[in-house]
Amino acid sequence: MKVRLLDIAHARSGDKGDTANVGVIALKPDWFPLLSEQLTLERVRRHFAGVITGDVERFELPNLHALNFLLHGALGGGGTLSLKTDAQGKVFSTAMLRMVLDVPDDRARSLGLPAAPAA
Amino acid sequence: MTPSSTADRIVRVASGQGFWGDWLDAPRRQVEGGPVDYLMLDYLAEVTMSILQKQKERDPAMGYARDFLGAMESVLPAVTERGVKVIANAGGVNPLACAKAVLDVAQSRGASGKLRIGVVTGDDLLPRLDELIASGHPLTNMESGEPLSTVRDRVLSANAYIGSVPIVEALTRGANVVVTGRSTDTALTMAPLRYEFGWGATDWDKLAAGIIAGHIIECGAQCSGGNCLYDWRNIPDLANVGYPIVEVRADGTFVVTKHPKTGGRINIPSISEQLVYEMGDPHAYITPDVVADFTSIHLAADGADRVRVFGITGREATDKLKVSIAYRAGFKAVGTLVYAWPDALDKARLADRVLRERLDNMGLKFDELLTEFVGVSATHGPLTVQSGAAPEVQLRVGVRSSDRKSVERFTRELAPLVLNGPPSVTGFAGGRPKVEEIVAYWPALVDKAVVQTNVEVLS
Repeated sequence: MKVRLLDIAHARSGDKGDTANVGVIALKPDWFPLLSEQLTLERVRRHFAGVITGDVERFELPNLHALNFLLHGALGGGGTLSLKTDAQGKVFSTAMLRMVLDVPDDRARSLGLPAAPAA
Repeated sequence: MTPSSTADRIVRVASGQGFWGDWLDAPRRQVEGGPVDYLMLDYLAEVTMSILQKQKERDPAMGYARDFLGAMESVLPAVTERGVKVIANAGGVNPLACAKAVLDVAQSRGASGKLRIGVVTGDDLLPRLDELIASGHPLTNMESGEPLSTVRDRVLSANAYIGSVPIVEALTRGANVVVTGRSTDTALTMAPLRYEFGWGATDWDKLAAGIIAGHIIECGAQCSGGNCLYDWRNIPDLANVGYPIVEVRADGTFVVTKHPKTGGRINIPSISEQLVYEMGDPHAYITPDVVADFTSIHLAADGADRVRVFGITGREATDKLKVSIAYRAGFKAVGTLVYAWPDALDKARLADRVLRERLDNMGLKFDELLTEFVGVSATHGPLTVQSGAAPEVQLRVGVRSSDRKSVERFTRELAPLVLNGPPSVTGFAGGRPKVEEIVAYWPALVDKAVVQTNVEVLS
């Protein structure tokens, strides 16, 4: 089943130099293990390929049912050097939430995940 | 029994300003809306110090956050009559001048003699830069790895991020207002807690709890419903948003809340969003006082607009301080035009091609030239999913160069496109784009031992 990350998580992002951080938080604590399995370093690297110039780092915060990603080379030089509208990485949060996950049907049903609307 | 030994005792720290330019009403609302012991005002962002340094160069009596004077005026009765204390990093690069200006405000309101202003200095490393570099402190850029000597002649300001110790000292010496320069945002909250509860320099868990309380409230309403993605449509009464307050106990546990009858919302999702804001490695949130572990934080609902925070651990601080250095890094300008239906995006794209060809033909030199199509892909770039033709598009073009003349010439090239480029264009009423000098940020580390802070108490 296709599941939109937007429907199972919320997020906030910010900046540190030319790095954007994106914290992704499960909307329900029960959904955190799935989030953690799905949002691998590889998956997030692929999602932001062509958007950022550097690598990705990944950290887990099971206590907050959250993951934190550092996206390096995300902000066109960062801070005042950047010419980007989003020089401070404020909306990388919802860029992350554009991700669509493939979840096995029975798992999605047992967790009560909302299916992505038909494209 | 001293008050600090009472386990039930609560100290309330209210956040009244999350950055320079935040809501002017917030400080007054925080001291009038209910009981608070401390009002914490955070004014400094990474580039703020350089702006203030430029102001000080023009006028030696300037160089601090002027908004603070209005804030102090609005909370003066609470400070002088009800004993609310104020902690602010409004001093910028001139804390002493800031404190004197506050005393002038108090005098004009007939409240002189009722303020004792603690002034924290010693964070300003600008006068000592050459001495530091010569004595083996290269102030290497934490991101690029380059030594500061490569941009030394372009440095505008250099300030060490200092911690809670001098603020605690000012409070111990009887200050009811403390003005600092480049204190860390979190120290402004942690210091009064450390002072009130007598936490020691190695009470790592409690110090870390104070730092995390500070992190939660340092961005003002960003933890109480502002910029909150979770259930954003249903967050009540943002027009009347309540700024956050931490109610802290001696053991370091605390509740995040806001005054009754204010808007916004405090719940586990709103606090979680703020906790992950600008986060690096959650295991090691490094401050001058302690290294806090964000993976130890536990949150629990504690009634309407109340979240309890507990379980926090920390460990010994490092022997370094972070230094915020600002330097001149060339020039930039950004200009926009708006294209209307039909085929708005195609027209904006053609205009961009025409503009680039003209810039090219003139041989202008840019380090970067960035085009964005606002309304189409400016915020999410290639991740954007197109759903039908955009009814209108803003063409946004920015340039950056070490050559000021190239940037100036660029600013003359947008307006002509209105009459000599693609059709259906408008939105140029703002005039030519402004050329801005770029003041860039250079993060570095320095040995703690070389930074000596000073505290002075004025009245």
